Amino acid sequence: MHKFLIRSFVSSLVLLFTLTVAAVAKEVKAAFVYIGPTGDHGWTYQHDVGRKAVEAAGFKTTYVEGVPESADAERVLRQLANSGHDIIFTTSFGYMNPTNKVAKEFPNVKFEHATGYKREHPNVATYAARFYEGRTILGTIAGTMTKSNVIGYVASFPIPEVIRGINSFTLAAQKVNPNIKTKIVWAFTWYDPGKEAEAAKALIDQGADVIAQHTDSTAIVQMAEKAGVYAFGQASDMDKFAPKAVLTSVENNWGPYYVDRVKAVANGTWNQKDTWHGIGDGMVVISGLDSQMPSDLQAKVKKLQADLASGKVHSFTGPIYDQKGNLMVAEGKTADDGMLAGMMTYVKGVEGDIPK
Amino acid sequence: MIKIVKRDQPSKAIFFFTPVLAIFLTLIAGGLIFYILGFKPFEALKFFFIVPIADKYGFSELLLKATPLCLIAIGLSFCFKSNNWNIGAEGQLTFGAIVSGGVALLFYDQEGFYILPIVILAGAIGGMIYASIPAILKTYFNTNEILVSLMLVYVSKLILDYLVVGPWSNPEGFNFPETRQFSDSARLPLLFEGLRIHAGIFLAFAAVVISWFVFYKTYLGFQMKVSGFSLKTAKYAGYKGKKMIILVFLISGACAGLAGVGEITGPIGQLHREVSPDYGFTAIIVAFLGRLHPVGIIFASLVVAITYLGAETAQIFMQIPKYTGQVFQGMILFFLLASDYLLFFKFKFIGSKK
Repeated sequence: MHKFLIRSFVSSLVLLFTLTVAAVAKEVKAAFVYIGPTGDHGWTYQHDVGRKAVEAAGFKTTYVEGVPESADAERVLRQLANSGHDIIFTTSFGYMNPTNKVAKEFPNVKFEHATGYKREHPNVATYAARFYEGRTILGTIAGTMTKSNVIGYVASFPIPEVIRGINSFTLAAQKVNPNIKTKIVWAFTWYDPGKEAEAAKALIDQGADVIAQHTDSTAIVQMAEKAGVYAFGQASDMDKFAPKAVLTSVENNWGPYYVDRVKAVANGTWNQKDTWHGIGDGMVVISGLDSQMPSDLQAKVKKLQADLASGKVHSFTGPIYDQKGNLMVAEGKTADDGMLAGMMTYVKGVEGDIPK
Repeated sequence: MIKIVKRDQPSKAIFFFTPVLAIFLTLIAGGLIFYILGFKPFEALKFFFIVPIADKYGFSELLLKATPLCLIAIGLSFCFKSNNWNIGAEGQLTFGAIVSGGVALLFYDQEGFYILPIVILAGAIGGMIYASIPAILKTYFNTNEILVSLMLVYVSKLILDYLVVGPWSNPEGFNFPETRQFSDSARLPLLFEGLRIHAGIFLAFAAVVISWFVFYKTYLGFQMKVSGFSLKTAKYAGYKGKKMIILVFLISGACAGLAGVGEITGPIGQLHREVSPDYGFTAIIVAFLGRLHPVGIIFASLVVAITYLGAETAQIFMQIPKYTGQVFQGMILFFLLASDYLLFFKFKFIGSKK
């Protein structure tokens, strides 16, 4: 009898606890602010896939798409914070200052800013993905598959994020093929199908037979398909847009992080931090490998993927030299996050100068 | 039976009535679109046009949004009234923002009452310089100002891109495409604690008053009007056409430049790649909806501003795609142009009597 009482008491406590947690969890509302339309099949599309994962986990979500980085961003943020949202994800760099400004006014609302570096208030966290790990894989594939030894790379803006990607890609390609050269065309846009296609065309005309991209539209892989060269999908699996050209894609997989953070708000365990996740944490995902790739390359890529995930291999392992031949990372050392965050020099093998 | 008859003279009453009709038709068509998309039309319209401005903060945001639209549209009305088709206000805004932002950056670590006036003046001058290009090319080389002014918009955006990515980027900003924050002395003062509405609204008011005076009380206004009706008449009357063309472009450019100043020294506080969500283009709709009349432009800028706010609110609360806002702006212009038909034609009801 006594035991039974205790047991029922404990179990009812547990039940009560789960009920409360469930009740609290249900109340948490998450909001997402997007720079582009949800149908861009690139950056915003993938964030929206992440949002849907949060919905699937049982939380209510709201999103506002096409929010310019002008004075309008602040109003949208304030309105979201004012209308009962507990956590707001701002998914473009240009929202950095408005995010911090509005966060100050709403200390009880959590703000998560993607790709920025300012965390001026305790309720602002930042997050980004180690896309360069994915580019190590792409570089390995590109270096193996190229016949002309010229690899094209459509870049967006000369910021560390993009330079890091170019370097990581080139280093990996050189490892499998020391003769390759990476040619860069700066599109100065994140999303402009017309400009991106032109950039790809220019690279193909210069003899590139593999094209990598750090811009978001599907125009480049489509141009590659037309020209009969290889390419890689960016942000989402772009295979269906260019089945022959696309060898694989690097997908941005925000869902697990978003679910995690929204749950943390529900549980009251949310804390300010700067997250930088890669393949190991599942934020960077490599899509299926194309059957045009020889099986030994496929096996090599799979192993590399596992080694990057476990930390056995680091994208920036010395010796690494810059274009002038100065040592950047010594033999046996790896670049630390500080160096990666501020990377503004090309490694040896990249052609041209960083635009100033 | 109904017969369509050409009017002897465009109707003055209809002239000011059609914008109202256009807005009314837009609301009906908008409701219909919401209905087809599967939303409750009245609820959607409520979230679009009433909820965003139902409180003090919302109303202040409406004024904030309407300020640049009104300012640019007033400037454009000088051009449009006199038959000069300046489509490049967005470029003039951007260039004004570049020049004033550049000056503000010179003073980034300084305080002083003299900084703001210099920054504002720089913006107006920047806009004027940029507007003078299509004006001079038109007057002396007979180029088409529509093309030149429009193309210069893209040039200005590329210049801004170059500056914020390269030479003007924040040295502490990890090379991200943005400048330093301006010092407080280079910021337009806020009018109320906690609201974003800033002193730039006075610039818009001043533009409204001045334009009204020029249009209706000065010889220049009369010249503009005559040129607008008929360039030949203006020539016969002996007006100095070239001078006027350059003058209206300069005024228009100054207004657009000031709108740019309002954005960067008001709510934004720095230069980055996106200083304006295409205010310069939207202001064209505002100018026509306001019938190129200063008071009309005030109302028109408020109406168009609300389509921006409403689109955000409707997406947050009803998950209506935000781009509906642009559909509304397009519909307003469409219905306005369509109902202009009534200006020149009227319906005559003919009875069955013989």
